[in-house]
Amino acid sequence: MPTTASDATILTPPDSVPIARLQPSPPGRHFASVGWQDVLFEKTTLFFALFVLAMLVAIIASLVHGSIPALEEFGPKFFVTNVWNPVTHQFGALAPIYGTLVTSAIALLIGIPVSFGIALFLTEMCPPVLKRPLGTAVELLAAVPSIIYGMWGLFVFAPIFADTVQPALQNTLGRVWLIGAMFQGASNGIGMLAAGFILSVMVIPFIASVMRDVFEIVPPVLKESAYGIGCTTWEVVWNIVLPYTKVGVIGGIMLGLGRALGETMAVTFVIGNAYRISASLFAPGNSIASALANEFNEASNPIHLSSLITLGLILFMLTFIVLACSRLLLAQLAKGEGQET
Amino acid sequence: MASGNQNLYRRRVWLNRWNLAMSLLTMAFGMVFLIWILITLFARGFEALSPMLFTQMTPPPGSEGGLSNAIFGSLLMVVVSTLISTPIGILAGIYLAEYGKNGIVASLTRFINDILLSAPSIVIGLFIYTVIVAQVGHFSGWAGSFALALLAIPVVVRTTENMLRLVPNSLREAAIALGSPMWKVILMVTLKAVRAGVITGVLLAVARVSGETAPLLFTALNNQFWSTDMNAPMANLPVVIFQFAASPFVEWQHLAWAGALLITLAVLALNIMARVLFRQAAPK
Repeated sequence: MPTTASDATILTPPDSVPIARLQPSPPGRHFASVGWQDVLFEKTTLFFALFVLAMLVAIIASLVHGSIPALEEFGPKFFVTNVWNPVTHQFGALAPIYGTLVTSAIALLIGIPVSFGIALFLTEMCPPVLKRPLGTAVELLAAVPSIIYGMWGLFVFAPIFADTVQPALQNTLGRVWLIGAMFQGASNGIGMLAAGFILSVMVIPFIASVMRDVFEIVPPVLKESAYGIGCTTWEVVWNIVLPYTKVGVIGGIMLGLGRALGETMAVTFVIGNAYRISASLFAPGNSIASALANEFNEASNPIHLSSLITLGLILFMLTFIVLACSRLLLAQLAKGEGQET
Repeated sequence: MASGNQNLYRRRVWLNRWNLAMSLLTMAFGMVFLIWILITLFARGFEALSPMLFTQMTPPPGSEGGLSNAIFGSLLMVVVSTLISTPIGILAGIYLAEYGKNGIVASLTRFINDILLSAPSIVIGLFIYTVIVAQVGHFSGWAGSFALALLAIPVVVRTTENMLRLVPNSLREAAIALGSPMWKVILMVTLKAVRAGVITGVLLAVARVSGETAPLLFTALNNQFWSTDMNAPMANLPVVIFQFAASPFVEWQHLAWAGALLITLAVLALNIMARVLFRQAAPK
């Protein structure tokens, strides 16, 4: 019987074990015998944690290394010239940088108010039964692969956009002094505005879920006091919830911006892929990510390749800074939360 | 005076109603797009859906065919990338939650990991291109798998750490008091307690990478033929969809929609599965 053996060892220590062993052993020897496994395990986990750091360093190093030929050739004016000619090997990154920034700006312009509305709905208005399914539905919007947004954008959204939204904008905002030029030109559904619009749909789930999460950490007693003195729901959200979670909200917006800057496939389908800086948002353009997706495999000339890698480096640095700000802001909110409770 | 108050009151009430109505509208706005995209996918993908999709390979332009090689390639690369990223992610997550805690290495790693979580996937593709594809001189399934693994690791790290932090310290203390060494405590007690949560993280990572196109463009590229060679370019659904959707051939476009439907259903199903699993088994 297997139990007898173990029972015996517990009840009557074998002769070979001196009684002193049953007293607390001096830490040194006993722990040293199993300690190496612990040390090994800890170092292994540390190794993989450092692996994550190494990933970042390796990404930056490889991109910097790859971009040296282009930067040596063109110097700092690579960032400010608007020329992209694979035939004459003249490259400048201004048009893709411009396209990236403009489409992301449009995405935020539409995305921020909509996300705020969604977060407000989910935290203050939504019946409890619907809270979870609707919250999940918003998050699923983020799970849809970006190439699907691209196909849908090109084949379904763009024609409708060209037929309805663009003429409407042209006839209203297009007539306004100063910003009118932004809404002029042929409305074919493909261009910066369409890309920005689709990007906004893609970043809404990210911004909205952060906003919802930070809205929910507002201490109920603050909101209840405001309701108690007769505030309306809107006044509570605008004057109590929003100021309290300001930092987190900005963090969420930065997170959305980081996503929008690097979004590739959806933008590639609808932006039009033209190295052009145009006052009109209806005009086709190019973003850094879409330029890479379209051209990288066709680039055979080393300078062309290097210029594209430099674009990648610019994109990575941009998103890195934006995402770093986002994380720092969100961390600050979390810290404040910890101190007050 | 009274009417002034009345006006103010009325204005506040209407402002409230107006803004709440707007809020409802934004919610509807979000839902409209989700439903619109799903309806489009079903309408266009369903007519192209046929058994041929799974038995035939991607056709040359102008003829009928299926997606079998692309489906196989995608599955293979996602499986390989999961096998690579899961142990790395879990071990790094263990370090952050159990050893590093608030130390400088752990804080820095956490910060960088959170950034990599949202880093543009196309840059990861560029990185793998420069360190693997450019060095060996050809596109390959391995390169694609590595690119996907790099995208998956931050997701696994984050969820593993979050989950481990939910384990009450008394559980650890109980195990330590029984005399088990730390590595056993972590692997057999704490990690086991949050198994479901960690699996959720892995599922979310799989869902994230299986729809990724950008990092595969420069790494696995595509392959017209059936290939099981991880050292050669490998067909995969996202890149096939990208090439076929933008092509002028009707058959190709049909296949692209069918592929899009397959991939979206797979990704959404994985996401929902992960959520359900998490809800059932997460420690309260």
